[in-house]
Amino acid sequence: MNWVWFHRFGSPPYFYRFAGRWAPWFMGIAVVLLAVGLYGGLVVAPADYFQSDAFRIIYVHVPSAYLSLMTYTWMALAAAIGLIWRIKICHAIAAACAPAGASFTAVSLATGMIWGQPTWGTYWVWDPRLVSQLFVLFFFLGYIALRGAIEDRDRADRASAVLAIVGVINVPIVHFSVDWWRSLHQGPTLMRADGPSMPMSMAWPLLVMIGAYTFYFVAIMLMRARAEVLRRERGGAWLREELARAGAAA
Amino acid sequence: MSAFLEMYGYGAYVWSAYAIAIGGLLLNVWMARRQLRLAREEARRRIAMQEHS
Repeated sequence: MNWVWFHRFGSPPYFYRFAGRWAPWFMGIAVVLLAVGLYGGLVVAPADYFQSDAFRIIYVHVPSAYLSLMTYTWMALAAAIGLIWRIKICHAIAAACAPAGASFTAVSLATGMIWGQPTWGTYWVWDPRLVSQLFVLFFFLGYIALRGAIEDRDRADRASAVLAIVGVINVPIVHFSVDWWRSLHQGPTLMRADGPSMPMSMAWPLLVMIGAYTFYFVAIMLMRARAEVLRRERGGAWLREELARAGAAA
Repeated sequence: MSAFLEMYGYGAYVWSAYAIAIGGLLLNVWMARRQLRLAREEARRRIAMQEHS
């Protein structure tokens, strides 16, 4: 197998240019999907028989929660690859995942609380799903704080990578918490063995929103990884060239 | 239109949840762009200092 393409991604100039070229496309697709998904979720989808229009919160709550776990998984995976094979670009990618992941997690908790009040009669319960998701938020924030606290970049990379890998245990706990324990939180709607427990008229906007969030996440991650690459660069010829070009464009 | 905004009495819940979600998305874009701009300025300063020394 030819690994040249893989090693090319490890080269800062190649990655910087690649990310700069693709981030706007991912963001553009995300905006289009978001517009379609919001229209579908707020206007086209019928109101729920039990929850009436309160169920529409699902179209922002589930994509945020899904992306929260997905971002954490990517962050831990990138951190692990960076730690094991000492690939610096992977540490840059892991660091770029954290702020977006923290915000997805916070939004999933906030929208879940808002949804809980009309349907459960309370904003918060000490329920396995809610508490485990709160821990995901703490791990994201801890990861960001740890990176910020260590001056030396290589040491910050290694220490935060270990934290990210340890915290990945949370991902299956959050996902299966509704099956393992008696939970107030409802079970999975889309990812079920017997197919989605939702009619297609309600499910398609949700799938579009999950797609929108995924493209959005990749765009944000690429933008932040570019900033990380710049911070790590000691000033090669390619950097001067790129900065001159960015200066001319601005 | 007002019926759409009311959401059968759930308007306050639905719209605040959507506002938080969209706000979070916009905040991330703003922060990512700001970080990239700051990193560029930092790199320019670093290169300028290397050239002077």
